Amino acid sequence: MHQALLSKRRLADFVSYLVSGHKLVAPVPLQDGHFKFDEVHSLDEISLKYIPTILPPKKYFMPQRSSLLRYDLSKIHEMEEIVELEQLVLFGVHTCDLAGIHCLNIVFSDHPKDPHYLARNNFITIIGLECNDYCDSSAGCAMLHTHLPKGGYDLFLTELSDSYYIHINTQKGEDMVDESSLFDDVTRAAEGELNLLRSRKRELFTSEVPIRYQDIPRLFEETFDSDVWSQLGEKCLSCGNCTAVCPTCFCFDIVDEPELDLSKGERLRVWDSCQNEAFATVAGGENFRRKRMDRQRHRFHRKFKYLMDRYGRLFCTGCGRCSRSCMAGINLKRTISALIEERG
Amino acid sequence: MAVETVRINNSGYRVKHGLLRRITPLTEHEKLFEIMLPEGESLDHDPGQFVQVSLFGVGEAPISICSSPTKREAFEICVRQSGRVTTAIHKLHEGDIVGIRGPFGIGFPVLPLEGNDVLLVAGGLGIAPLRSLINYIIDNRRDFGKVDILLGCRDPESMLFSSEIGHWQKRIDLNFCCSVDHAAPEWAGNVGVITSLIPGVNLHPLKTFVVVCGPPVMYRFVIEELLKKGIPERQIFLSLERHMKCGLGKCGHCQIDNIYCCQDGPVFSYQKLKNIKGAI
Repeated sequence: MHQALLSKRRLADFVSYLVSGHKLVAPVPLQDGHFKFDEVHSLDEISLKYIPTILPPKKYFMPQRSSLLRYDLSKIHEMEEIVELEQLVLFGVHTCDLAGIHCLNIVFSDHPKDPHYLARNNFITIIGLECNDYCDSSAGCAMLHTHLPKGGYDLFLTELSDSYYIHINTQKGEDMVDESSLFDDVTRAAEGELNLLRSRKRELFTSEVPIRYQDIPRLFEETFDSDVWSQLGEKCLSCGNCTAVCPTCFCFDIVDEPELDLSKGERLRVWDSCQNEAFATVAGGENFRRKRMDRQRHRFHRKFKYLMDRYGRLFCTGCGRCSRSCMAGINLKRTISALIEERG
Repeated sequence: MAVETVRINNSGYRVKHGLLRRITPLTEHEKLFEIMLPEGESLDHDPGQFVQVSLFGVGEAPISICSSPTKREAFEICVRQSGRVTTAIHKLHEGDIVGIRGPFGIGFPVLPLEGNDVLLVAGGLGIAPLRSLINYIIDNRRDFGKVDILLGCRDPESMLFSSEIGHWQKRIDLNFCCSVDHAAPEWAGNVGVITSLIPGVNLHPLKTFVVVCGPPVMYRFVIEELLKKGIPERQIFLSLERHMKCGLGKCGHCQIDNIYCCQDGPVFSYQKLKNIKGAI
């Protein structure tokens, strides 16, 4: 079976089924119209309609702090390479965030592989949820081709009028459908409704900026010396919000954290940001991206050019988080529009 | 439903124990550390590669290997006391242990150099990584043509490996020339920037490979002089200094354009670098 239907009145039971097995994580409301992924115990805690959470699901795949090594100096430098894991089910992941997880998987699967990251794969179950409409004006998912599901989930839910259409992508997903005994076969009416919804989406979601996906890297190549970058540099506060909330930013630092008696401790991977002033500084004090303009341009080029060269895909998912969280009002879509305009 | 701690195999972050067999102070700020891996295991590096040296509780620092791979029983690193980790390394004693990861990266182009003339240009601390290549060439001297070495440093007191340089100067199969930025009147050698030495080198541009290693500011001026001599861009190699934190092409600190210095470099041909914005 590759598809199934879940009646809306059974969704609460499905959530209860998930909670009975594992820790369940889903979008929950915060103040001021914000959301976050957090542990839930029942459907009524979950926001099924939400704009992208403040932090993307990246925090479960690459936590802000994660152990790499544990050392014990009392035993002649004994060490253990470790990862701390927790079985969990991520529920309600939008297609933009599925794309973000995919990007991280590619980076850490590339040689030399990162087994600390990859160990998490088998511990996290992903249940996606389709956006039938735009979340808000910051979204750029149509430009980045992430508004429709393209894998990266175990199960994927699309809301229809009185049920959820379920795409089953993995054996793990199939086992959940079988074991919970809450699902029905897909009806012809449901198929029709899904097709209608998708064709309506194709009309509704059109590239938010007048550029085609495949032309984006060349735009950045041709506008390296654009004034847009110095304008961005003047605005940017170098706070690093944009990289912290980005689902595909994966830069990190490695730091040691000794216990109080200094004999034992951990070597940790912690998030770092290319927007921090010291990020590209070397021992002698030379800083290769000294100006904020250099660092903002570097961030944009990583999303739209450098990692495209390396991994064959854009590293922006169009989620809009960087635009929403920027204290200086730097907006991703407006920046790309400005580059297009300047290039002519 | 609890957090489990799982042991990882083949972690790129595992360190080997490096025994500090000998520590030699070189100048006021630099020390040479001879390091032996457990059971005399060879590091098996290429000249120009680097290792991550770490002290648990303090952290890691990327350091170039300054000994030739022809010396197999131990390897050497030259450490300038500069940041937190290097300051802690400077406080260590012979017999202490450091953590070693690596070797990492793509080093100097040893094989293309063979059968050709070689010009090596070092500025300041750049002599440390280049020493791995110089001693490799000396140990395989027959395989190379004419070898010229140019060294620039701030003043005679900051010159690294000065006794070894004395031996290089005496060899008939190396041409060694040095210049300092400033010196006391009794200094008998050259005074001036390193670029002033290049025009005087007698070389055959098409059969000469050049390897340059020094502070970032030096590169543009040295390259200009080399191009004036008619050396093809693909025969000029540069080692780039960036802060390699992971060494595994992931952490982003050493990234320039779409390259990661720690994996794709640190040594690149000028032909490749000249098109990469922000590289030199």
